[in-house]
Amino acid sequence: MAVTSVRDTSTEGGGRGSGPPASGAPKRRKRQIIPYFLLLPAVIAVAIVMVGPMLVGVLMSFLHLNQFTIANWTTAPWAGLANFRIAVNLSEPIARNLLSSLGLTAGYTVVVVGVSWALGMAGAVFLSDAFRGRAWLRSLFLLPYAIPVYVGVMVWTLMFQQNGAVNTLLGRDLHLVSQSTFWLAGSDAFWSMVITTVWRTWPFAFLMLLAGLQAIPREHYEAARVDGATRWQEFIKVTMPSVRQVSLLLVLITGFWTFNDFTTPFIMFSTAPPSSARLMSIEIYINSIVNLNFGLGAAMAVIMIILLIIASFVYLRLLNMRVGDVTNA
Amino acid sequence: MHDSLGYKITRAVVLTLLALFTLYPLWSLFSVSATTASAAGGVFRWIPKTINLHAYVAMWSSVPLLHFLLNSLLVSAVAAIVALPIAILAGYGLTRYKLAGSGVFLRVILATQVFPGVFFLIPLFVLYVTIQDSAGIALDGSYLGLIITYLTFSLPFAIWMLTGYLDTVPRDVEEAAMVDGAGRLRAFFSTTLRMAVPGVAAVGVFAFMTGWGEVLFASVLTNSATRTLPIGLQLFENAQGGVIQWNQLMAASITVSLPVVVGFLLLQRFFVRGLSAGAVK
Repeated sequence: MAVTSVRDTSTEGGGRGSGPPASGAPKRRKRQIIPYFLLLPAVIAVAIVMVGPMLVGVLMSFLHLNQFTIANWTTAPWAGLANFRIAVNLSEPIARNLLSSLGLTAGYTVVVVGVSWALGMAGAVFLSDAFRGRAWLRSLFLLPYAIPVYVGVMVWTLMFQQNGAVNTLLGRDLHLVSQSTFWLAGSDAFWSMVITTVWRTWPFAFLMLLAGLQAIPREHYEAARVDGATRWQEFIKVTMPSVRQVSLLLVLITGFWTFNDFTTPFIMFSTAPPSSARLMSIEIYINSIVNLNFGLGAAMAVIMIILLIIASFVYLRLLNMRVGDVTNA
Repeated sequence: MHDSLGYKITRAVVLTLLALFTLYPLWSLFSVSATTASAAGGVFRWIPKTINLHAYVAMWSSVPLLHFLLNSLLVSAVAAIVALPIAILAGYGLTRYKLAGSGVFLRVILATQVFPGVFFLIPLFVLYVTIQDSAGIALDGSYLGLIITYLTFSLPFAIWMLTGYLDTVPRDVEEAAMVDGAGRLRAFFSTTLRMAVPGVAAVGVFAFMTGWGEVLFASVLTNSATRTLPIGLQLFENAQGGVIQWNQLMAASITVSLPVVVGFLLLQRFFVRGLSAGAVK
């Protein structure tokens, strides 16, 4: 399918290019179909691996699906809204856990995205100045984003052990905490995850904001300087409004990634995280794959997606944001 | 430009703190990898008491590390190589033609980022098993299943970045080539795509990174023969009598990070450009 569409395009394109411009006119209507074939391979791939499972996932949320019925899942008994009822029935622990997990994940997302944005902004603003060693620092700051996610999480997990690097730094050397603080239990586990995720998320914010800053015309700053603006006033009046769009998109993308984060709690705590680290993805994984209630897990995931879609709609509307505009389109 | 001393001090302090925050785990990684297993399991020291690089040798025999490495390499590379032409075609169509619904398409592309991987996991698994049973194409536990999965998960972002990148490449040269008699597609390949090679390479590295670091699907879709690095490295936690071989685990982590880090740093400039072009609009 994909190959055919490529060949069609090249013959069509060749026909047009070699002919005189005037003869292109009658062919135009036919040619307008061809460009859509260029999108076809992408649409097909996304349809197979995303749309297909998406439909199956929604279907599963209406089925009684466990380790016995999964083998012949198409004939599994219909559950109606039973799975959804379990997921929202707050008189049972399952729904209460899900709700607290939702609150936890929202908090986690806000903190990680907010701090990552602030660190990325600070790094990008200061590295926009010309000084020696700037290129080195830029490469250094990008390292956490370049190394595989699980490696980053694994090394932080080691550092947060009782005899790890965090207690050596904060306890033994700086005397800020007890040297035997146990970071991976209780409410500390939440902050351990936050630090780990900020560490690998802020370089991405830095990368995008740096690109945004580079696109600001020099004259804007010169005009502000003529008016005697301080660096801080410059930042508020010139920099911030100029990178508004980039920041909004950045918050949206990193927000999705953080809200859906599975790798951090899974690598840190496997399938038995402390209650302060049970993010939505791991909560669903535990209900679905560990407890073998696939229908319930699917229903929870559907609820999670609906909430995320509502949240992003509100976000886009409130901030009047435009996405997906190509200059040509 | 004359910056005040106060500004310069603030800048120096902030950048130093950011650098220390970045380096802290990287140094820990290196320090633990360069010591003996027992010292690695003891209290962390900035500089190990005994410096020992034995872990970099032992890690290859403790677990089938090379096997995992080759599995990851195969799966990630094939997924990236297949994702690129698909993304290039889409990016070309979106930036060089006025398409009805291109805005919708790009919004859908962005919207795919909403969906948590855990939602796709079981449905994809049962679909793969169903296809396998009915059509005889091995997808569960096979390389093919992982490749298709990673290909698709890197595709939306690859299209997003390449569309942004191709949009910044001026059209004049391509149009000039067409006036000179080159076909539309040939004009695109010989001019625009050649100018966009760095951007394409950056997107390729990104697509490669997707498979190289993926944990969730690898945990379900691989078996002992097709196991990839993220899952394979967890075996260090059980190797040799239930004691975590932290020194070998860290040595292996550094080793498997090197190829992507080098590729990423070499191409970072183009990565930034593709990313921002799609976003700055």
